[in-house]
Amino acid sequence: MLEVNNINVYYGPIHAIKGVSFTVNEGEIVSLIGANGAGKSTILKTVSGLLRTKTGGITFMGEDISSAKAHKLVHKGLAQVPEGRRIFLRMSVRENLEMGAYTQHEVTHANLDDVYARFPILKERSRQVAGTLSGGEQQMLAMGRAMMSHPKLLMLDEPSMGLAPILVEQVFDIIRVFHDMGTTILLVEQNASMALAHADRAYVLETGRVTLSGTGAELASSEEIKKAYLGG
Amino acid sequence: MSFWQLAVQQLINGLQSGSIYALVALGYSMVYGIITLLNFAHGDIIMVGSYLSWFALTSIAPFVPLPVAVVIAIAMAILGCMVLGVTIEFAAYRPLRKSPRISLLITAIGVSYLLQNTAQKFIGASAKMVPYPRIPSVNFAGLTISGVAILCIAVTAACMVGLTLLVKKSKSGKAMRAVSEDADAALLMGVNVNSTISFTFAIGSALAGVGSILFIIAYPQASPFMGGMLGLKAFVAAVLGGIGSIPGAMIGGLLIGVIESLVSAVGLSVWKEGVVFAILIVMLLFKPAGIMGKPTTEKV
Repeated sequence: MLEVNNINVYYGPIHAIKGVSFTVNEGEIVSLIGANGAGKSTILKTVSGLLRTKTGGITFMGEDISSAKAHKLVHKGLAQVPEGRRIFLRMSVRENLEMGAYTQHEVTHANLDDVYARFPILKERSRQVAGTLSGGEQQMLAMGRAMMSHPKLLMLDEPSMGLAPILVEQVFDIIRVFHDMGTTILLVEQNASMALAHADRAYVLETGRVTLSGTGAELASSEEIKKAYLGG
Repeated sequence: MSFWQLAVQQLINGLQSGSIYALVALGYSMVYGIITLLNFAHGDIIMVGSYLSWFALTSIAPFVPLPVAVVIAIAMAILGCMVLGVTIEFAAYRPLRKSPRISLLITAIGVSYLLQNTAQKFIGASAKMVPYPRIPSVNFAGLTISGVAILCIAVTAACMVGLTLLVKKSKSGKAMRAVSEDADAALLMGVNVNSTISFTFAIGSALAGVGSILFIIAYPQASPFMGGMLGLKAFVAAVLGGIGSIPGAMIGGLLIGVIESLVSAVGLSVWKEGVVFAILIVMLLFKPAGIMGKPTTEKV
């Protein structure tokens, strides 16, 4: 479904992503793990069109998207829960959700009801300004917002960041639910143990390169990974 | 005339000029909200709008009936300002989107001088009479209320209601708010950020066009530098109300107008501009976010 082929990305003179390739097949949960600064978020930003590759290609559903405009990708079925959630704090919860369905010609109530059914708290707070939500609620809103466009591929950037352990569990449960609904998932995480536990396959990034890849279970049991990322 | 009649009269005068300031302040505030630029060329857009009215009412008017000429003048002023605002953003500000704020600010000042001097070069430095038809006054409860004041207040009120509905309810309005809060996040929602910014300039400049018509009906002279002081006062109004806030710009504009007319009413009309800027200084010292502005809080 998503094929990233040997991409190189620069921030000015800094060579941030050095020849990274990976694929996400339909129906999978794929995770990119790695330390802070390894280039995980840069890769997501590149896939979603916020950054450009210098060389290399990105195809989504067989179509080259490496030079597609960011705002056109949502149309094609790509949605993202960005790092730090990036919900619109001054808009109401409902308006945030409506923004998620911006590319849809009409915000169908079915869409909204779906999300409300999944996240009853958002329904309760639908008229509230999003900035007044707690961190966990904001994460739910960001995820609900991304689902409003019924994406084929949902990319999540550090969804567990800054959340209490119980909420992290909840976030991963929701990712499961989205996956069971037929959404393919690309997950970027620093929380390697959670990510590996849920991923079908995973790639390990170090300073802009893929150093290891395998199934979630394989990586979780690898000595190297245990030492570097799982604290054991 | 009793004290109360005088007070009401002055209040209406104040609301008249205040509503024009408010219309102009809205443009400042909307543009600041979306690209954090103090668009110092905004006042000069009003100057261009006034000249467009002048052109229509002096050069086209002889060939058509007067009401038609007035309609043409109004349409030309509003559409002309709209096109000018969008063009300025596209040609001067968009290429600098990723540059430091100060480059953008200096460019805006440059555009302002460019417009003023172009007008002076090609139309001349002397003021031109803009002959919109006179609007009769209305007598009400012993007061003579100028028709211009009623027109200004009514048109501005209508614009504000329209704008509020547009921003709150329409899809483009929501996109505008989303872009002004977080352009990248809006992009990820599928919002075309460039066209949303163009749309914002179009609306802001169209309001300036409406402002130019009201201003020129009240003070029927167009001159190359007329946008300077008007723009500056509207800017103060926008800051007073809370820059970036639409209701703030409305309140700020009306307040500045009323305060000016009260200062004049007590016989200090020489001081009226001084008082406006004194208010700006005091506001910046004690509540820099403005009346409606609130410091943003972020949750992690």
